Amino acid sequence: MLNVALPKGRLGEKVYAMFEAAGYECPSIKENNRKLVFVNEEKGIKYFLVKPSDVPIYVERGAADIGVAGKDILLEYQPNVYELLDLNLGKCNMAVAGPKEFYDDGIKALRVATKFPNIATDYYTKIGRDIDIIKLNGSIEIAPIVGLSDVIVDIVETGTTLKENNLEVKTTILPISARFIANKSSFKFKGTQIEQIVQAIKEQLK
Amino acid sequence: MIDEKFLKTEERAIFALRSLYGTYGYLPYKMSKFEEYELYVQNKDFLVSDRIITFNDTNGRLLALKPDVTLSIIKNGEDGEGVKQKVYYNENVYRVSENTHHYKEIMQSGLECVGDLDLYDFFEVISLAAESLSMISQDFVLEISHLDILSAFLDSVCPDAAFRNQALRYIAEKNPHDLQRLCEKYEVSEENCEKLSGFIYAYGKRDAVIGKLSEICTGVANDALNELKMLSKMLDETPYKDKILFDFSVVNDMSYYNGFVFKGFLNGICEGILSGGQYDKLMAKMGRQSRAIGFALYLDLLEQMPSKQNAYDVDVVLLYGDGNSKIDVARAVRSICEKGMTVSAQRSADPSVRCRQIIKVSEVDKIC
Repeated sequence: MLNVALPKGRLGEKVYAMFEAAGYECPSIKENNRKLVFVNEEKGIKYFLVKPSDVPIYVERGAADIGVAGKDILLEYQPNVYELLDLNLGKCNMAVAGPKEFYDDGIKALRVATKFPNIATDYYTKIGRDIDIIKLNGSIEIAPIVGLSDVIVDIVETGTTLKENNLEVKTTILPISARFIANKSSFKFKGTQIEQIVQAIKEQLK
Repeated sequence: MIDEKFLKTEERAIFALRSLYGTYGYLPYKMSKFEEYELYVQNKDFLVSDRIITFNDTNGRLLALKPDVTLSIIKNGEDGEGVKQKVYYNENVYRVSENTHHYKEIMQSGLECVGDLDLYDFFEVISLAAESLSMISQDFVLEISHLDILSAFLDSVCPDAAFRNQALRYIAEKNPHDLQRLCEKYEVSEENCEKLSGFIYAYGKRDAVIGKLSEICTGVANDALNELKMLSKMLDETPYKDKILFDFSVVNDMSYYNGFVFKGFLNGICEGILSGGQYDKLMAKMGRQSRAIGFALYLDLLEQMPSKQNAYDVDVVLLYGDGNSKIDVARAVRSICEKGMTVSAQRSADPSVRCRQIIKVSEVDKIC
């Protein structure tokens, strides 16, 4: 049985559609109920729906053999997993954003609010900028508006939320998309099945 | 006599491994739990985690609870032609867990082979790594890579250190898409980028991997490739030949490691349980002229192996009261034990103790 951790929500639905098209369907997943685990015994596959940021934990700890997680989550938590495929789904950017009128004069430590302290620290270390990290768990855009931070480091999809709050992208740090990940040990013992799925999904990406 | 049924998997493994290493002439190495902190400061990158528990000794010296065994073994020793030191150990080390981010005591078993080494020694250590895994479970895989091949190819493609580090990371992740983007950023030619990506797919049966590598490394790292081929031939004669594979995503820090590196996996354990390699570069950094190779088995991970939970804590709970003479209680306990059962003598039935049957002292003859 191959265990697959999928992110709950829209991304999870798109990813499941790819698995389905690859021949690993599990119709019960489309039923409108509160179940979180779905099994297709015949195909030897079990899907779990988990919080997107928890997918790498399930995979790293071997509860799931494979899973799909955003590159943002992978860079932030650095799980010890294989990253086998870029699914080109959920595309967005990790960016520095701030009030339109804000200018970083470099005199004081830059106050950075973010859900991604490791990515932000890594970026500013590389450019040699002294920062004060403020770790938040949501609604990051409020931080510079109310004076909690100078800028934010966050995911930007369309930029609409930023625009509506009088913020703008200052720098794009890196592009983000959903990645197909695998537990290293599972890859040794269930490698053939994992490779078949990777290959079938790769075909769909062409 | 030790009744094996009472031993935990890791305890059974320690006995088996001790006997295995002794058979091949490896001597036990016992060390103190503490080590001078300075030893680790100088070689922080060699450690799995650079966070170390330190304390001051009564004379003010800064000591550390050992986060690693290898450094303690190789810090002293004799270098010279024909000199070899072969040792094994079972030690607890203290590190920050990557998962919990808290300090953890880790039971580690392993061996080190240091000195005037040749291909036979590398083969011996690698085959002992495979045999160590087989003593715990037959469902294992040992994967080997050769860093000199990867290193020589990376040098020929792009000498930039930042490129090299990032490329190694992507190869270790089996991540071809980000490796390709990296190559584009550093203007590596399409042909070299494709060859470099070839290392990601250089895994599996040894002969097939050697074939792939021969196509990738035309004129590069010939000596290392020949060494790898020779090792593969020698491994063909071991009983575990089908479980020893090559995988070039096995990568260790190249500032310390060189040559052969390897990782062992057991089915049912979510991460590599065995990690090892050749570390001549670390030896050189420590002022030693010898070569070295070794491995460690992280026995604490054996707790993840699926095991059958006992339905009972003891077979029999023997109830006794003030009316029973203590000598009768002792005789009853002994009689139950002699029947090969486990027994807990209690004054009243404790619901937290799960038992197959509860009997009184007077009923001991009726026990089944």
